[in-house]
Amino acid sequence: MRTTDHNQEDHSSSARAGAQPAPARASRGSRRRSRVLQGVALTSVMTLALTACGGSAEGEDSSGGGAEGEDVTLSVTTFNEFGYEDLFEEYEEINDNITIEHNKIDTAENARDSLRNSLGAGQGASDIEPIEVDWLAEFQQYPDRFEDLTDPELEDRWLDWKYDDAVLEDGRLIGYGTDSGPQAVCYRADLFEEAGLPTDREEVAEFLGDSWEDYFAAGREFVAESDSAWYSGSDNIWQGMINQVEVPYQNEEGEIIADTNPEVKDLYDQLLEASVEDELSAGLAQWSGDWSDAFQREESFATMMCPGWMLGIIEGNAEGVEGWDIANTFPGGGGNWGGSYLTVPSQGENIEEAKKLAAWLTAPEQQLKAFDVVGAFPSTTEALESEELRSSSEEFFNDAPTGEILAERADAVETQPLKGTEYLTINVAIQDAINRVDVDGIDDPEASWEKFVNDMEALR
Amino acid sequence: MSAPAAHAPVTTARSGGSAPEPRTGRRKPKVSFRHRASAWDRRYSPYLYISPFFLLFAVVGLFPLVYTGWVATHDWDLIMGQGEFIGAENFMAVLGERAFWISLRNTLSIFILSSAPQVVAAILIAYLLDYNLRAKTFWRMGVLVPYVVTPVAVALIFSNLFGDRFGLVNSILETVGIDAIGWHSGTLPSHLAIATMVNFRWTGYNALIFLAAMQAVPRDLYEAAEIDGAGKVRQFVSVTIPNLRPTIIFVIITSTIGGLQIFDEPRMFDQYGRGGTDGQWQTMTMYLYELGWTRSDFGQASAVAVLLFLLIVAIGLVNFIITRRISSSEVKR
Repeated sequence: MRTTDHNQEDHSSSARAGAQPAPARASRGSRRRSRVLQGVALTSVMTLALTACGGSAEGEDSSGGGAEGEDVTLSVTTFNEFGYEDLFEEYEEINDNITIEHNKIDTAENARDSLRNSLGAGQGASDIEPIEVDWLAEFQQYPDRFEDLTDPELEDRWLDWKYDDAVLEDGRLIGYGTDSGPQAVCYRADLFEEAGLPTDREEVAEFLGDSWEDYFAAGREFVAESDSAWYSGSDNIWQGMINQVEVPYQNEEGEIIADTNPEVKDLYDQLLEASVEDELSAGLAQWSGDWSDAFQREESFATMMCPGWMLGIIEGNAEGVEGWDIANTFPGGGGNWGGSYLTVPSQGENIEEAKKLAAWLTAPEQQLKAFDVVGAFPSTTEALESEELRSSSEEFFNDAPTGEILAERADAVETQPLKGTEYLTINVAIQDAINRVDVDGIDDPEASWEKFVNDMEALR
Repeated sequence: MSAPAAHAPVTTARSGGSAPEPRTGRRKPKVSFRHRASAWDRRYSPYLYISPFFLLFAVVGLFPLVYTGWVATHDWDLIMGQGEFIGAENFMAVLGERAFWISLRNTLSIFILSSAPQVVAAILIAYLLDYNLRAKTFWRMGVLVPYVVTPVAVALIFSNLFGDRFGLVNSILETVGIDAIGWHSGTLPSHLAIATMVNFRWTGYNALIFLAAMQAVPRDLYEAAEIDGAGKVRQFVSVTIPNLRPTIIFVIITSTIGGLQIFDEPRMFDQYGRGGTDGQWQTMTMYLYELGWTRSDFGQASAVAVLLFLLIVAIGLVNFIITRRISSSEVKR
């Protein structure tokens, strides 16, 4: 505080000193005036330069805080919306000596790249790093870079599959499960009404059916009556589809079978036929600027694959839009999209404190709070069975009983796909293939598939 | 401050050393040492004085360069580190990938689209700024402002402007009656959009460099040209441009290096940062990043780095040859 005051004083006094002779100068014609302008120009450029530096300076300040006494500064990385902001404050209140630094990354892919980079460099990782289920196997290749989080007291905290996925071959635990992603279908009741379709949650669930054929057929009915599209883009639907395939991209031996797996190709063809020939897709790539803008546009899209964590994203993008609702059904049965783990990289300095925080953040009570804020659906048995979850509802989604619906969707999940070490890379490649056709329109489905096959060859 | 004082004894030693030179035979040991010392001093100390740069360069420039070559000949994982020696396999793998050639095409295309108009615009802006404008410094600082903005911020703003559906540029085009352009789907449109960002940032900077050079052009040349009846355009073409040649070469070389290593702008051009679904705007550095950080293959990433280095050297050599031509033709005139 004192230093800032001092600086301001200095600043204003020099400004005053500069200002005083100005009236005298101004009367002496344009040469003088240009000098004043020079000053203005210089100061404005310098202010710009200084503000540009502001970001990095702040970062240094806050990281220096950890050195004081027993105070511990823990850094936590998240991506998308984990809903942890309030929880961090709560934890800081409970533990006086702890300060939490939140490093929020936009997409899961970027979070993964940054973690890879930190592990490679041997420094730079946060004390707690998130790993999404899609790239869990990839990081399990480096078990010695992560702390073992095994804790006999916590063993039964999670759903079996959620816990088992994070257990390494030697029995060590790489991460504590955060959320899970059972999917329902979110829809715009207002657009449904305009198209003369049912709007009530249960009726819509029936209308949508429970197979992909039904879902696309419903879409054809909708687009015939509406200017809007059925879904935002094929990549959103793909996530729903591929998470129902038991062995999608790599077999048990880790061999890449993505381009030879008939199941994958069938889904690819089915999806692109619906998107391009039936024109069900709005052709927007997920997470793009156009995609987030489209939530606010009149010609939008009517449905979306909706894992719990997507609720928060829709609510954020569609702020002020009325009509979003959620139907208790999912094409092709149930499906789980996403869900993450919190890990503690071994390179951190505050490993013990980080473990404590990670365990606290993933405890049933906290999972329920995160669900309340951003819809991150719990993965702990206690939270799943809790009355609080079952009775929770979401105002934005027309007061839908989201807890109840998603819990039922979680029960409907039959397969947890086998996700190999290259899962994310392959999934990105196939989404590129899909977007080449649906979003960019630069290839037909077959040509794009050929490129995907080439990508797989390069990866082998 | 202390440098002149330290030099003083050296010079006296030198002059003292050279004066008794003929007598070296008689007072061999003492003079000979001083003599030799001063000879060494004269011969080697200049190298000593310039050595800090070269030592620093060896540590931060040469070593990484050689080490990259070393990594490129190995199987090398980002996290697991060094693997087996595999010779030229990484190079063969990279050269055999379609993505490499696409990235090469993109790099050259974005480089040409950005550098060429940039140099022309910078010279014209500098020429305007060279006039006796009112509030000269204001305008001169003004052209530098875009350079102060960080590239990432520039990229964020421009990638919004160039949104395919709801971007400002397309809205304007549509009101004028032109079809919306797929800035993120087409190859050439994406290159144009990225080149625009680069130009936005660097044109002003280069203009200032040109301005400095223009002000060094002797004014009597212009006066003489005016007396000979040359108009403003003729003066610009026949007096300004020829005098700017060395500066133009400097700007072209620096923008070659920068242009071929372009990364920030294309990476921030969409939310994924991979250079488009079909690598429409994936440059060589982005391809290098993908290999090294996404696919974790540092060996292949280093191979791309080495190839990029060779490409820059090759283009640098072309520049050098042109430079020599121009300077020798200047001598002839």
